[in-house]
Amino acid sequence: MLEQIIITIATAATPLLIASIGELVVERSGVLNLGVEGMMVMGAVTGFGVALLTGSPWLGVLAAIIVGALFSLLFGFLTLTLVTNQVATGLALTLLGLGLSGMIGESFVGLPGVKLAAIYIPGLTDLPFVGKLLFGQDPIFYLSILLTVGVAWFLFRTRAGLTLRAVGDNHGSAHALGINVIGIRYLAVMFGGACAGLAGGFLSLVYTPQWIENMTAGRGWIALALVVFASWRPLRVLAGAYLFGAVSIGQLHAQALGIGIPSQLLSSLPYLATILVLVLISRNKRLTMINTPASLGRPFVPDR
Amino acid sequence: MSADGNGANLLEVRGLTKIFGALKACDAVDLTIRKGEIHALLGENGAGKSTLVKMLFGSLEPYSGEIIWNGQAVRITSPGVAKKLGIGMVFQHFSLFEALSAAENIALSLDDQTPISTIAAKAKAVSYSYGLPLDPYSLVGDLSVGERQRIEIIRCLLQTPELIILDEPTSVLTPQEADKLFETLERLRSEGKSILYISHRLEEVKRMCDAATVMRHGKVVGHTDPRKETAASLARMMVGSEVHAVVRAPVEGIEKAEPLLEIKNLSRKPATPFSMALRNISLSVRAGEVVGIAGVAGNGQGEFFEAVSGEVKQPDAGTIRIRGKDAGRVDITGRRLLGAAFVPEERLGHGAAPRMTLSENLFLSRYATDRKAFVGAGGLVKESAIDSATQRIVQEMDVRKSARNPEAASLSGGNLQKFIIGRELDRRPAVLVVNQPTWGVDAGAAAKIRQSLIELARSGSAVLVISQDLDELFEISDAIAVMHNGELSKPLPRAEATLEKIGLLMGGAEPGHVEHPLEAV
Repeated sequence: MLEQIIITIATAATPLLIASIGELVVERSGVLNLGVEGMMVMGAVTGFGVALLTGSPWLGVLAAIIVGALFSLLFGFLTLTLVTNQVATGLALTLLGLGLSGMIGESFVGLPGVKLAAIYIPGLTDLPFVGKLLFGQDPIFYLSILLTVGVAWFLFRTRAGLTLRAVGDNHGSAHALGINVIGIRYLAVMFGGACAGLAGGFLSLVYTPQWIENMTAGRGWIALALVVFASWRPLRVLAGAYLFGAVSIGQLHAQALGIGIPSQLLSSLPYLATILVLVLISRNKRLTMINTPASLGRPFVPDR
Repeated sequence: MSADGNGANLLEVRGLTKIFGALKACDAVDLTIRKGEIHALLGENGAGKSTLVKMLFGSLEPYSGEIIWNGQAVRITSPGVAKKLGIGMVFQHFSLFEALSAAENIALSLDDQTPISTIAAKAKAVSYSYGLPLDPYSLVGDLSVGERQRIEIIRCLLQTPELIILDEPTSVLTPQEADKLFETLERLRSEGKSILYISHRLEEVKRMCDAATVMRHGKVVGHTDPRKETAASLARMMVGSEVHAVVRAPVEGIEKAEPLLEIKNLSRKPATPFSMALRNISLSVRAGEVVGIAGVAGNGQGEFFEAVSGEVKQPDAGTIRIRGKDAGRVDITGRRLLGAAFVPEERLGHGAAPRMTLSENLFLSRYATDRKAFVGAGGLVKESAIDSATQRIVQEMDVRKSARNPEAASLSGGNLQKFIIGRELDRRPAVLVVNQPTWGVDAGAAAKIRQSLIELARSGSAVLVISQDLDELFEISDAIAVMHNGELSKPLPRAEATLEKIGLLMGGAEPGHVEHPLEAV
């Protein structure tokens, strides 16, 4: 029973984690992409569609990643090359994604989807209590954990990560040192788009293998909030995503048990709990300041 | 061109031109730097010095002209290309990353994949060998301006450049720190490196440089040997006319005059992790005197100004007294109504609203104090009264502008500063507090501003000037106090203050810093 609950929590947390980690890299480079929701929902609809047409959930996952990255490329071109306002462009990307996905997915509504199967390792998966938890989940769950650790390692242990953080801290100085600010930001934006696409694909291929319009249901916005409340640190994003997942699942169980608290209040619990905990752990103003990308959202135009 | 010495030419620049819109920032500039020389580039603000070096460092593209490096014509298309050729640059406005450690900052400008720990060890070794001690793991945001400059210099040295460009390096250093820098530069020269030294401090140029190129309005107006010139003749070349010296007559019996601005035990906690705490500051400024506050940037001057002007209020009303009245809990308008006036450091965005006209900016700062003059019946604004006050200030301070009532942002720095100071002087305030009155202002405008500050004091007001420019403070102050690490020294009367004494106070004790472990994730 407990194992089953933990697995549900992981399933609820995984799309948030993947989308947040992607956005974390984008924001560490100094770009604020508010279009996570739009890129996610585009990933969800193409992932579902490609899997349905080809019968291969893996091709669906791949398509979700590619479409997420391409969609973010549009954002990158507008904000980095044409230097449009990042906030407005991000919002527009979300609106565009929601509308476009609804149109693309019109004929998918009500069709049974293709589910990406959980892995099965004979012996290990059959272990009591921990077998299914550690060795029997879907492949994207493992990927999300690897991604988090990988991004933490990249940002704080590699020279490329240092360069990325430098661009986010002060793009003027980075440019003066001969760092290709725009190029690095394009890569970061596309990484974020690929992650958001993957997170969307997870929803329509693993979480609930079907297509429903607006099926991301605000998860992109939660991912954005997680990044900020986690002070742009990968392991805190992991903690935040799982906390959010845990309280969401917990309140569902509480509602099912018929506790005498209005359901609206229970539904808001995950948000309240996550914000409270993340605010508490980022009380250290100094560390928050060091980790906040100082160039975040500021347009960069090199003088020539 | 100077002909002494026989080093081969390292860099030759011929006819380099850069155009921004209608402005020729650099107009057919010629410059020759030989191996093993310290070459000064002189000029006022806006003369085109920064534009020229930005082209040499690849951050700006020239419109026309040639750059010849070691006998080869080269195109420097990016700072990366400049670094490969062997050109290193120490920027005037630091190009450092505050949220990263010193070693990480240095690593970013080295292309190889050397681990940070190796770079830190190398940086430490180089820093000690040049007498510029540096803790490579300290966070840049925690360091003083002088220490930040060390990082820039060490970063530049680790790239083993042939030519080092230093843009106004001593403007943020104490006199003692500057001496240390000169030793470093002389050692580099003896190692055969060339240095392009940008400055407007003529004494240091005369002392150290082998050749000088002087620029004015984007053009080279002369190549000369600075050791054969006097400071006055160099100044004439830079400005193009005589610079009027500021006249300051000493005042008698100031100690008996009434204190108009009193600050008692002012303390303040740091507002952000990177800002300075103020520790128990006391000072009084009497009617008729100019008191100067010296100090290296970032030692609490900004925080002090905010507390005195009322941008940040004090918990105890008696901390600040203006004309004998408690003002600590009063906001900036309330303090103005008590007879005080304030000029902040940042002109655009703080001293003036950039996209608003001069008359609107005048009204914004004086609507409360000059309510009778500027606001008529029913709360309507009297445009004509404001307009004539604006024109009066423009005339009084000799503000040069392109239209009758232009936007603040369209004025040059010096002219806008003259207007902002004039706006406050026009009120004849009993107390005037100014932060960096002539920062980035050309010599003519600076002399005008300084003279008007002295005149205001002599007419019976108390004037408090915060400045990093020691020459300025020595020119205008009747007493000088020094701010260091959020503390203020006792003011030294002008007669007792020497450059050396003030410099020692500015340096304070050896700057120690705490190591903060950088949490990785």
